[in-house]
Amino acid sequence: MANREWPLWEVFIRSKQGLNHKHVGSLRAADAEMAIENARDVYTRRSEGVSIWVVESKNLFASDPSEADALFEPADSKVYRHPTFYDVPDGIEHM
Amino acid sequence: MEHLFEYVLRIGDDSLILGQRLAEWCGHGPILEEDIAMTNISLDLIGQATTLLEYAAKIEGKGKNADQLAFLRFDKDYRNLLLVEQPNGDFGMTMMRQFFFDAFRKPFFEALQHSKDEQLSAIAEKSLKETRYHLKHSSEWVIRLGDGTEESHQRIQESLDALYRYTDELFYSDEVQKAMESAGIAPKMDDVRTEWNKTVDYVLNEATLKIPDNQWKFEGGRRGMHSEHLGYILADMQYMQRAYPGLEW
Amino acid sequence: MKEVNISELERRFQEKIDNDIRIEPKDWMPDEYRKTLIRQISQHAHSEVVGMLPEGNWITRAPNLRRKAVLLAKVQDEAGHGLYLYSAVETLGADREQTIDDLHSGKAKYSSIFNYPTLTWADMGAIGWLVDGAAIMNQVPLCRCSYGPYARAMVRVCKEESFHQRQGFEIMTTLAKGSPEQKAMAQDALNRFWWPALMMFGPNDADSKHTQQSMDWRIKRHTNDELRQMFVDATVPQAELIGLTVPDPDLKWNEETGHYEFGAINWDEFWEVVKGNGPCNKDRIDTRRKAKEEGLWVREAAMAHAEKRAKRKSA
Repeated sequence: MANREWPLWEVFIRSKQGLNHKHVGSLRAADAEMAIENARDVYTRRSEGVSIWVVESKNLFASDPSEADALFEPADSKVYRHPTFYDVPDGIEHM
Repeated sequence: MEHLFEYVLRIGDDSLILGQRLAEWCGHGPILEEDIAMTNISLDLIGQATTLLEYAAKIEGKGKNADQLAFLRFDKDYRNLLLVEQPNGDFGMTMMRQFFFDAFRKPFFEALQHSKDEQLSAIAEKSLKETRYHLKHSSEWVIRLGDGTEESHQRIQESLDALYRYTDELFYSDEVQKAMESAGIAPKMDDVRTEWNKTVDYVLNEATLKIPDNQWKFEGGRRGMHSEHLGYILADMQYMQRAYPGLEW
Repeated sequence: MKEVNISELERRFQEKIDNDIRIEPKDWMPDEYRKTLIRQISQHAHSEVVGMLPEGNWITRAPNLRRKAVLLAKVQDEAGHGLYLYSAVETLGADREQTIDDLHSGKAKYSSIFNYPTLTWADMGAIGWLVDGAAIMNQVPLCRCSYGPYARAMVRVCKEESFHQRQGFEIMTTLAKGSPEQKAMAQDALNRFWWPALMMFGPNDADSKHTQQSMDWRIKRHTNDELRQMFVDATVPQAELIGLTVPDPDLKWNEETGHYEFGAINWDEFWEVVKGNGPCNKDRIDTRRKAKEEGLWVREAAMAHAEKRAKRKSA
């Protein structure tokens, strides 16, 4: 049999209840079960997590950095989406 | 008290010797991820050994500590199973040894949680969480290797054949065991064996592996009659304490 | 037209670097930048993994249960750090197995310090204190390296390694305060590891071919000699505090510069070890190669099983 490598998996960890899962790195594993266990041993040795997601790297799609201008800059000009855009008279609190 | 001391030593020495054996893998695992996993299991076991031997030393009441028990006894005074002192062999041998042991340890700690001895029950509760994970890990590997390639199937079947003869000792029963059972301190070995059989049947079936026809059984570890291997484990483990007696490190 | 585009890309790339904007995996980067990173990060990863062996040599002989657990956890961390770094290398399009094969064939290098033997328990102290100490000097600035995945891996590594140096110094302190033979053991370890630790920072700046480009790309933030000086300045007082003698007759404090002056490093020895002629080069690589070869059937079986199961599920 040819030397077939275990696929690469991306690992996401929820560090505590109430927070999002966050990408922490990758590892190799033959299947999803093993990927979870390896992630536990590699990325939570110091109690860094309460929940783990793994996804095979080949299934992850990313935006193209050369399109970053087109994707993200148009939002910059829409300042009216932020509360600081609006004038609030003095004396009004908690708005 | 003497029975209790003896009993705690048995549990503690199993963890100690298997922890020491697994530690030999550190830096040599089949892949980095698995190297880390085996070290984690070893660390759990050494942690268990430390707590158990500390407790044993307290019961003995001779002013010793866990280290003195771990590092300064002679081979005949160790009470671990023959199974856990067997050499690592290849990765399949190590996983098979681990699986037989974990499949025993899980129902054992489950029952020991209800021990009338509060200390043991607390230790069991903590160790059980670790052991559940160990069993998951070793069962999965036995299944992977059994139901993997032709080569892996053959290799792990050979490991199974070589190690099966040491499994009857898991349920060793003697005067100490019986006294602890009737005092409500030790789990009933028959119950533990029933659970062990269930786990082993299920996993070996998934792994397409067979229990060998040769049912010859070895025992001896629980009464200090060990295999040749223990002496070498101790030669390594005790080297510093023997070469430089009585020093702090 | 294409030429113009590339130089424009390069200009924008350098601008980002100069403004301390991190480069991320899918961003455009010059081939040389990519190559340099692959070389440096994989070398760093290999050092972590080969670095498991000299300390692993003493795990089964650790003198008590606490030391055994600590040493195991430390060597395990090194495996973890190797993995974080391989994971960073893979973001550059390099293949982990390929970089490992390069290590095993001698094409890729790793830190020369791990080619020295660990002869006594005190070496566990000396490695933690000096080798991890030197590594931290190197690694802390790397947390601000221009390449995002490398910088993030280093943040994690540095956080975890803070206990490594302490446990080493604790071992040395215990020995230095102990019996005469323990103190002698500690001194002997310091004698053997001091100079190789200084060599860890690499050749003098004048002889370091990669330094300037790496500084421009903000992969490196300090030169080899700067880091080496920082290490000496930090470590000498620690040795004095526990009553050990740094094995350098030329070592002296310079009031004016506020730095220690130290003797000449034996660069012939350094290059010999780099070339493969250190006391343990062959053993280290043979051991890693053997682990990989003997693990092949295991890795294959796991893949074969995963495929069988996937097939059964879809059937």
